[in-house]
Amino acid sequence: MVMEKVDPSLVEFDVRTDEMLVNMGPQHPSTHGVLRLVLRTDGEVVSEVTPHIGYLHRCAEKIGEHVTPRQWIPYTDRMDYLAGMNMNLGWALTVEKLLGLAIPERGRHLRVIICELGRIANHLVAAGCYGLDLGSFTPFIYCFREREKILDLFELACGARLTYSYITVGGLVADVPRGWMEKCEAFLDQFEPVIAELHAVLTSNEIFIRRTAGVGAMSAEQAIDYGCTGPVLRGSGVSWDLRRDGEPRYTQMYEGYRFEVMAQVDGSYPKDEPYPPVPPAAVLGDSWHRFFVRMLEVVQSMKLVRQGIERYRRAPGPVGEPIKQNQKLPQGEAYLETEAPKGQMGFMVVGDGTAIPWRVRARSSSFCNLSVIGELCRGCLIADVPAVLGSLDIVLGEVDR
Amino acid sequence: MAAYLVHHLDLAPQWQWLAFLGVALFQCGILLGIVLTAAGGFTWLERKVSGRIQDRLGPTRAGGRFGWLQALADGVKLITKEDLVPAEADAMLFRLAPYISFCASFAVYLALPFADGWVSQRLNTAVFFILAVAGLEVFGVILGGYASGSKWSLFGAMREAAQVVSYEVPLGLSAVVPVLVAGSMDLVTIGQMQQGWFTSWLIFHDPFTFLTFFVYLTCAVASVNRAPFDLAEAESELVAGFLTEYSGFRWSLFFMAEYASMTAVAGLAAILFFGGWNGPLPITEWLGLNAARGPAAGWAGDLLGSLNFLFKAFVGVTVMMWLRWTLPRLRIDQVMTVCLKYCIPLSATMFVGVVVWTYLLPGGLLLHPRLGEVGERTMGPEGASLDSPGQRPGYRPTLLAASPNGAQPRDANVARAPFQGSGVPKDTVSQGLRPGLSSRAPSGLSAGESTGVARKVAGTLRVPSALTRSVRSTTVIDSPILSVSNRARSGLKTRVDKPPAASSANVAQTVSGPPKEWSP
Repeated sequence: MVMEKVDPSLVEFDVRTDEMLVNMGPQHPSTHGVLRLVLRTDGEVVSEVTPHIGYLHRCAEKIGEHVTPRQWIPYTDRMDYLAGMNMNLGWALTVEKLLGLAIPERGRHLRVIICELGRIANHLVAAGCYGLDLGSFTPFIYCFREREKILDLFELACGARLTYSYITVGGLVADVPRGWMEKCEAFLDQFEPVIAELHAVLTSNEIFIRRTAGVGAMSAEQAIDYGCTGPVLRGSGVSWDLRRDGEPRYTQMYEGYRFEVMAQVDGSYPKDEPYPPVPPAAVLGDSWHRFFVRMLEVVQSMKLVRQGIERYRRAPGPVGEPIKQNQKLPQGEAYLETEAPKGQMGFMVVGDGTAIPWRVRARSSSFCNLSVIGELCRGCLIADVPAVLGSLDIVLGEVDR
Repeated sequence: MAAYLVHHLDLAPQWQWLAFLGVALFQCGILLGIVLTAAGGFTWLERKVSGRIQDRLGPTRAGGRFGWLQALADGVKLITKEDLVPAEADAMLFRLAPYISFCASFAVYLALPFADGWVSQRLNTAVFFILAVAGLEVFGVILGGYASGSKWSLFGAMREAAQVVSYEVPLGLSAVVPVLVAGSMDLVTIGQMQQGWFTSWLIFHDPFTFLTFFVYLTCAVASVNRAPFDLAEAESELVAGFLTEYSGFRWSLFFMAEYASMTAVAGLAAILFFGGWNGPLPITEWLGLNAARGPAAGWAGDLLGSLNFLFKAFVGVTVMMWLRWTLPRLRIDQVMTVCLKYCIPLSATMFVGVVVWTYLLPGGLLLHPRLGEVGERTMGPEGASLDSPGQRPGYRPTLLAASPNGAQPRDANVARAPFQGSGVPKDTVSQGLRPGLSSRAPSGLSAGESTGVARKVAGTLRVPSALTRSVRSTTVIDSPILSVSNRARSGLKTRVDKPPAASSANVAQTVSGPPKEWSP
């Protein structure tokens, strides 16, 4: 007599070994802040990852509806607190779009310099923390050592090291002090060889490759479906960068600048500065590629900064005048996405004729990039969860806002 | 030493255990001091090394310029912290676990010689003992992880169990390779065999021992849970693994156990592969610092030797730190792959290779004088005992048997009293009351010449002489407990026998005589 299975899933459940639900976070060394991941594990194998967010929710958007655009700039600093300059820029450009403001050339080039330095600073944190996620402590220190030098430059420019509020609606708060550009060039000169060092301890390290290559691979379709942007999207082989492909109000900031969008298209990365070869074990869209894209972007950002310095020197005049605090916003709305280091950061502002926006909205790249983790971590090992999460490079301040 | 006390204090048989207890406590105290100092020193060193590797200074405040009191400051901080036991924990096991780990890694030092004869308890199965006891450390970790009542701790314990149990196999296999070359599991004997120039170090003996060292290094790093194999406490994955719920003093016990184990495996590597207390050049011999020139010279030579040994262990530990601060962590499946797919086949191949090599080329690659001659000698036609069971041609230690003049052997080290370092006075020795030796050296071998040559020969010949007849000798269990109980049972003094005055010929003769493993 043949027994009929009433519910095949029941039988399957019976032969399973015990599963365990584990909370990874919100206090955990490698969730990059207060992220809580609930892992359903069978031994070391993770069958399901559920992200729980909201631990760093600070009502930023609601606050934005009660303060003037310039007063909200410090709140943008605290979204992606690792790349505050780029957050400032996104909001400033959005409000300028609503107001129809244009800023002087000198300010434009200074913004490029500052934002690309911010991108380098962010990618240094991403690379360093990624090494930490994989158990390698030393690259973390190397990266932070270099980041500190960028922060020194920022401190010279605006007095702050983390929450800058430097780029503001209408330009920048102030021009950089005399001699700043020389210091910046000196930094770039000494930083160039460090990149090779980081490639040696991370990108080309055999253990690093084994830990990341083929782990958390995401196809380009999947990345687009989930709304992934930034290095996460480019790591999947989509050549998409708002600095090149964005709307004119943003791309005109980079007008005349030469840089490559680093993504592996048709089997190879764009020919540029020498970089280590792609290991055979790496699959397009895996953690290794996401990491690698960031390392390559650092070089591109350095080139942009060098070009910016050159153009800045040739552009006399002011860097822009911040708008008045009581500047009335016109009726209407504006939405603009910029290429922040972690992905496309979108801000929306709706004006109702007063100085205070009627609605403020922030579209977070980290939020979309994080949403894919459940998909990427299905069936991986516990040790792969930090490896995948680190390669997504999220920051919870931006996810929760 | 205990026998010395018993003899001189004239203790009644029922009180003799007091002497043994006292000596045991004294030796424990010394060892604990060494282990704790080493652990503290290496904590400081780890901070400094990691600091330098990471382009920072490391500790600079506690205790002055180099922060050399940092370990002490850390210790004080840890001890004054609250001793937390989580509500979910199995309190008794949770409290017990750190002691198991610490005791296991501490007990290793019982059999680890720091110089020729400077060993708490000379065991003829020291390698086996060390590997076995060091393997016990994992129980503390598993117990701690299980008893913590935390899922992360449980993960850490599971990983530790899988990893350490797997790595015991290649670790044992790779430790056996130098043992095979040396023909003894006695670390003192192994160390004595590598005296002279660095070419006589076992790592340079042949290509197999050379490669085996790297397998050993990998497995040693894995078995003491250091990066890149520190899965059990993988910070970025398991918070702190089995240590998650531990704090304060209990945490520091695990910590010290880790450093003690590191030092122990590095010390074992120093003896098995790098000549132990013998320097790269026979400087102590050039300086005449051996027992033949008197006890003070012998002691000075041993002191230099122990510094040599400590330096090698120190280098080994530093290499482990270097690895830790350079490499990312492996994943658990990769750790098992390294073990099962690479380390075990490699070490097994090395094992077979070294067997073949010692058969064909017993003198080793560089044919350092001693071993080379031995090989020729034993392979020669006069090696009449070749046919005897258990005999392998070219078995090196028979050198001493074949030595033309036992009174003046080539190596000054042989010409010294066997337990010079352990502080046994000559008269005691001459009466045959040598702790640790009495049970294995046949009493007939305890020749009492004033130079002590014959005794030394008898002591070192234990294994070879046995092996010329059979391999039984390697399995002799020289447990201190057994020796003590036997001594106690036989009343000790009854065992004092006057050995015949040994000439060199006499020695050679006794050596080739039947092995006596046990002479109660």
